[in-house]
Amino acid sequence: MKSETLINSSCRRMPASSALKTLDPGMRRDDDKIITQGILKTLVAVLTLCLLLGASLAQAGVTLESFKFDSKAEEQHFKDLIEELRCLVCQNQSLVDSDAELAHDLRAEVYDMVQAGKNDQEIVEFLVARYGDFVLYNPPIKPSTYLIWFGPFVLLLIAGLLLLRSIRRQQKVPAAEISAEERERLNTILGNTTTSQDKDQ
Amino acid sequence: MTRYLRYLVPLAIFFILVAFLYRGLSLDPKRVPSPLVGKPMPAFVLPRLQDPAATISDTDLKGKVSILNIWATWCVSCRAEHEVLLLLAKTGKVDIYGLNYKDERPKAQQWLLQLGDPYAANAFDADGRTGIDWGVYGAPETFIMDKQGIIRHKHIGPLTVDALNNEILPLIAELQSTP
Repeated sequence: MKSETLINSSCRRMPASSALKTLDPGMRRDDDKIITQGILKTLVAVLTLCLLLGASLAQAGVTLESFKFDSKAEEQHFKDLIEELRCLVCQNQSLVDSDAELAHDLRAEVYDMVQAGKNDQEIVEFLVARYGDFVLYNPPIKPSTYLIWFGPFVLLLIAGLLLLRSIRRQQKVPAAEISAEERERLNTILGNTTTSQDKDQ
Repeated sequence: MTRYLRYLVPLAIFFILVAFLYRGLSLDPKRVPSPLVGKPMPAFVLPRLQDPAATISDTDLKGKVSILNIWATWCVSCRAEHEVLLLLAKTGKVDIYGLNYKDERPKAQQWLLQLGDPYAANAFDADGRTGIDWGVYGAPETFIMDKQGIIRHKHIGPLTVDALNNEILPLIAELQSTP
């Protein structure tokens, strides 16, 4: 049996409407709430669509609306950071994209650490210590990843060497020389007086 | 002979590829190996599920072989797993602790009342922060700790009778026999 994907099995992209609940600590599993939330979400989605049609909304930072930043640069830094981190529930989405509940939690966790003045390396180490290198979209270079990092270059090198070898070999083979006697015999066989080259194709 | 050999090379590469792809079919990308295995369990202090006034911490789990099971009432597989946990508790070979993850207290209490309570005690992790420290990304998950409190095994997904007999119980027996 497969492990149940955490809470939110919907691996859809973060809709703008759900950004609000990101930091809501009172958020719980509650079926009725989900239903009302669903209706609300549809409503908000429709409204958002209208908004989008009316004005070109800044698409960037959709998920970050609920986080407060002192400056645009800080916000961009936060976004860049979580873009490099994988959501373990929706594995092909980064923490920026994912709407899974774990992604909400981890975004909040990263935000808190950024606010606490931790640098990127400390934050990444925090997550790697808990979830392993798998949270990184950019795998670190170490013996177990040498094959990923250098394999393509090794293949390229091998292909290049093979190509070089075959080119050299072709150059070495001298154009076949035939004697006048042989040429005559050839012409006899071909039944004409033109050279075999003209007959090509 | 060498002429034939060069035709065998692509064939060999093909079979190597097939071997890799075939292996890939039986791997579950949802099972992410935990970096915590082999490390001391993360420290935590949380209110107990049954008694909000009392706390439970990692020190409660130390000094003996222990199990920490992450569960929640919203987790469907946890219900499937519950029978197996009851079975394991019945053997009396190990104390099972629960981490009630991002759940609601009344619902969780009701769950234990209805389905039976295999746990020695339950920690109530309302906001999931302790869950993050344990690298939880999908319930249920089950950790097995040795007497020193070192995590020795992580089972991702619901426990099955098969897993119990082939992995969990043998490991517990092994850990019990070491000081």
